[in-house]
Amino acid sequence: MSVRRGVEVSIAVAEAAGFCDVDVVAAYPITPQTHIVEHLASLVADGHLDAEFVPVESEHAAMSACCGSAAAGARTFTATSSQGLALMHEVLFIAAALRLPMVMVVANRALSGPINIWNDHSDIMTERDVGWIALFAENGQEATDLVPICHRISEDPRVQLPVMLNFDGFIVSHMIEPIEQLSKEEIKTFLPDFAPVQRLDIDNPFTMGPVGMPNVYTEAKMAGEHAIRASYEPIVEIFKDFGDKFGRYYNPVESYRTDGADIIFVMMGAITETAMTWVDAQRDAGTKVGIVRFRLWRPLPADDFKKAVAGAKVLAILDRHFSPGGPGGPVAQEVKYTLYGTDNAPKIVEVVVGLGGRDVFPEDFDDIYKRAEAVLNGAPVPPFELTQVRGGHYGKI
Amino acid sequence: MSRQSPTPKWQELSLGCATTEPGSSRYQQTGDWRSERPTWKWENCIKCAVCTVFCPEGCIHMNADNYPQVDLTYCKGCAICVAECWTGCITMEEEKE
Amino acid sequence: MLELRFHGRGGQGAVTSAELLAQSAIAKGIYAQAFPSFGPERRGAPVVAFARISEQPIRNRTAVRHPNIVLVLDPSILRIVNTADGLPPDGIHIINTTKTIAELREEFGDKIGPNAVTLDANHIAQEEIGRKITNTTMLGALLRATNIVDKDILIEKLKERFGRIADGNIRSLNRAFEECCIEKKEG
Repeated sequence: MSVRRGVEVSIAVAEAAGFCDVDVVAAYPITPQTHIVEHLASLVADGHLDAEFVPVESEHAAMSACCGSAAAGARTFTATSSQGLALMHEVLFIAAALRLPMVMVVANRALSGPINIWNDHSDIMTERDVGWIALFAENGQEATDLVPICHRISEDPRVQLPVMLNFDGFIVSHMIEPIEQLSKEEIKTFLPDFAPVQRLDIDNPFTMGPVGMPNVYTEAKMAGEHAIRASYEPIVEIFKDFGDKFGRYYNPVESYRTDGADIIFVMMGAITETAMTWVDAQRDAGTKVGIVRFRLWRPLPADDFKKAVAGAKVLAILDRHFSPGGPGGPVAQEVKYTLYGTDNAPKIVEVVVGLGGRDVFPEDFDDIYKRAEAVLNGAPVPPFELTQVRGGHYGKI
Repeated sequence: MSRQSPTPKWQELSLGCATTEPGSSRYQQTGDWRSERPTWKWENCIKCAVCTVFCPEGCIHMNADNYPQVDLTYCKGCAICVAECWTGCITMEEEKE
Repeated sequence: MLELRFHGRGGQGAVTSAELLAQSAIAKGIYAQAFPSFGPERRGAPVVAFARISEQPIRNRTAVRHPNIVLVLDPSILRIVNTADGLPPDGIHIINTTKTIAELREEFGDKIGPNAVTLDANHIAQEEIGRKITNTTMLGALLRATNIVDKDILIEKLKERFGRIADGNIRSLNRAFEECCIEKKEG
């Protein structure tokens, strides 16, 4: 039976990967993900986990080794952050295009510069187009539960795609908190042995990764697009099966206290947890406000999102990254894409918060709520804005 | 990628665009690329077979008399055999119309 | 909800003491968090760790700004950091020092706060553990000042964590529990 214990989230996540009986871990240490691969390395070294730990010379090599290992039919796990994810960039496309099942944990951290090891979402949000399934966890329990879920999604014969599991660096990865860890036996009842649909085999040789000439590249990209969109149904089914077995249900889009809410906050990752504390206080005071967030980011669950925010008049969207000189934050961009042209679409107030480890306190939500409330009361929708910035986003030099 | 059709629909592609059958390079007739062909001066050939080893297309074979023989369907005229030949008995001759 | 802040120097085990405390609370069946002030770890530099303990699930993931209890693991920290920052009037300031509370008040004034607990943790740790690593010793004073976790459970967690070197730490914790000086504001 699962035991509830106080443990650092990174350690629990590494143990969950171990309980999934991964065959190969190829990884390079980078803050704030280091404890995950460190712990896996010691599990292997101490004989608790029968796996190949490949201490590679860079993240580029890590992802390349993972591609080889997944191609050979091994259950493959890796973890990275920030610059490490960026260094993997070109290989990420290949892992998805070759339809290689594997799971990568990303402890989200800001990209340099200035050099910064703390949390925001600039690493994952700049990797939106790589063709991986991407999920977000908000706390240690979710992060730990999602490890076997991600392996099962990735290896599902209908899916066969790499899966990225995101959670916030430090504020989740380094937190010691109560976690009910599933045992190896429990995970075994949920995650069957990896039976690759296609694997490198010297007795039945074939070529993975041949050139795709202009006459076939478009079709190859369409096949990838279809594969990731079609993964939605299996993902929902696997979430439900996990819930039926272990009592913790996950959904592509999660809602918190949105009943009758005129203003809904949209955000991702661990700040949602802090925001829930704030929403509870608001609700106690009679203010109708709730939270909607994406658990599943790729494929983008647009229909679930539309349902979740139906009835809201204003959405306050909190991004942890933005495109300089571009159209604001990625979550806001994608929500606007989702809602454009729908009847009675809510107005959107978009802000960027919590960059490079800047704490987002409950009072910060008060400030954002005021902006949303003004729009609700008829004020014009303000432009996208970096909040928490000294000098003001639209301040003069 | 399926070789049955050079223009498959996306639904017809194999998983991850893999080439699922071995030996597909046979269908790439690299001989079309050739503007010069290797020609042997047989009296100088010592039948060492070094040309068969270095040929990047693997299209030179030793025949029944143990002399090298090139398969012009695949010889792309790269002249690596000329550079590697110990006795210098191979020369490149221009392809005629 | 009870919020705690630990001040120490890198390598003194401030994070470990926050962790042990949280694990003890979780083992008791209630909820807790412990986390370091995130950043590059540098031995000797002033560091901060945080803990939250509550009967209800804890969702707030921000740094602790208004701690109910502050623990100062290193006597020399008082001069460089305002350890009482954000401490409310009923907050408790637990300080490793050779000085009396009166002497501290004279030297640091308001930076001590109304409720203080002092102990010479360096001396105790040196005698019982053989090193001036005061994190477990300070937990003894914390147990005396509040009853936030059960001493038995904490000792159990300490044994799990330290194994064969747990004994010195437990003796040190017990001595701190007995020897610390408490001065609480009336009412």
